[in-house]
Amino acid sequence: MTAVPLYAQLINLLAAVLLLLAFAMLSQRRVLSLVNLYAAQGLALAISTGIVAYATAQGHLYWSAGLTLLLKVILLPGILHRLIRRLDVRWELEGLINIPTTMLIGIVIVVFAFNLALPIAQLSNTVTRGTLGIAMASVMLSFLMMITRRKAIPQVVGFLSMENGLFFAATSATYGMPMVVELGIALDVLVGMLILGVFFFQIREQFDSLDLKHLEKLKENE
Amino acid sequence: MTVAAFMSQLLQLALALALAPLLVGWVNQCRAWLSNRTPPSLFLPYRTIRKLFMKDAVVAENASPIFRTMPYIVFGAMCCAAAIVPSIATDLPFARAADAIALVGLFALARIFIALAAMDIGTAFGSLGARREMFLGFLAEPALLMVLFTASLISGSTSLPTMVEALAHRELAIYPSLAFAGVAFTMVSLAENARIPIDNPATHLELTMVHEAMILEYSARHLALIEWAAALKLFNYSCIGIALFIPFGIAEGSNAWAALIAAVPTLVVKLAVGGFALALIETASAKLRIFRAPEFLGTAFLLAVLGMLVNLLLGS
Repeated sequence: MTAVPLYAQLINLLAAVLLLLAFAMLSQRRVLSLVNLYAAQGLALAISTGIVAYATAQGHLYWSAGLTLLLKVILLPGILHRLIRRLDVRWELEGLINIPTTMLIGIVIVVFAFNLALPIAQLSNTVTRGTLGIAMASVMLSFLMMITRRKAIPQVVGFLSMENGLFFAATSATYGMPMVVELGIALDVLVGMLILGVFFFQIREQFDSLDLKHLEKLKENE
Repeated sequence: MTVAAFMSQLLQLALALALAPLLVGWVNQCRAWLSNRTPPSLFLPYRTIRKLFMKDAVVAENASPIFRTMPYIVFGAMCCAAAIVPSIATDLPFARAADAIALVGLFALARIFIALAAMDIGTAFGSLGARREMFLGFLAEPALLMVLFTASLISGSTSLPTMVEALAHRELAIYPSLAFAGVAFTMVSLAENARIPIDNPATHLELTMVHEAMILEYSARHLALIEWAAALKLFNYSCIGIALFIPFGIAEGSNAWAALIAAVPTLVVKLAVGGFALALIETASAKLRIFRAPEFLGTAFLLAVLGMLVNLLLGS
């Protein structure tokens, strides 16, 4: 086995941790733990971006790492915590499919994503190209989470963690996007979060619950 | 086959037979300490086995030969497993006969006979325990196989001695796949050895017991052999864990007498630490409802598969 430099090992380790956290979010029953897992995912992402920045001497990646830390570890989980407290929804439990089945579907998705990423990764010449598969897998797992959850808050967390996966894919395939794009996305996510926070209250006002199946009805009196 | 290899094989088997009850005693002692009770003697399992051997056996009237032969088959299977798993040496003549997959088959054989014997008498508890045991077994076995596959992918072989040699000599690097496999293996071992999140080894509460429910009808020498086999199973699982995840200090090659002698205290220290960790896990966690067990073992399977996939993708 050839010698792998330490930073590459660390990036691989963090990529594995990201995948594990994606599965943990998929199987999580409590909303509060879900938000904490999201914060942990952001932290892993920030650390791995920092390591990539150090290993490749790309100055702008430090900014990305700092932005990730500020936004995804402190600000967004903080907003979500406040929302959960004010909406008083701590016990959301059910998904559409039971958890072992969801996890098995998740494994199939991971295999699919790894196969999908293999030819793409060969086109890239970064040190982190191996982790592209994991980035795609975590995007798809977040997608699966949005599909299988019925309530509003887990769906939003799924949306946010999908953005985490995309960010990781950008870092591992091309050493991150240009600064302007990154700032734009960060702002989008933040504004989106604020608007969705308002939406939560509207939905609850209208239907007395955050269950999104009420939104599927087109007529009021059925 | 050299005489030295034969001797190290014999020594390892004797060591497994002798140390297995001690390991159980040590785990019980640690559990007692951690829950602030006065610990039982470290040698209590030996005394129990001796006491049981001296009693007269009582066998149910309608017991078939399966019931009578089960303890010998199970004990034999566990002895075979103890001879295959490299705990102190890798130059084992017997280990060439079976690789890691055959080892899982050996454990499955023991499980099937315990379940058959439990149903043989026709009591309600026996059938209930047998059903639960097979239910847990079919969930735990794939996870165990996946863990072994991950280790074989890294070392390039399914033969346990080769795996130990390859894993002990790899260069020091972070292996996320091995970390996943390690956690998965711990979870599977807890389930397979009837330990707390899945089954409580100390309980005789009708509704929750699994392993104890199956051996309720046994007495005397049969029970002694079953208890000894259970201790050997715990010992074997610990040794598989040591061989895969901390394989340093196991004697390699033939005629390595000094290394062989040095490997014994290393093994004892590793087992003592492992036993304490097991007691810690058992004290810190509560027993799961039986219907939550699929989730527990499903997580183990997931981790093992993820370990294998990560290994394939990242090569580490």
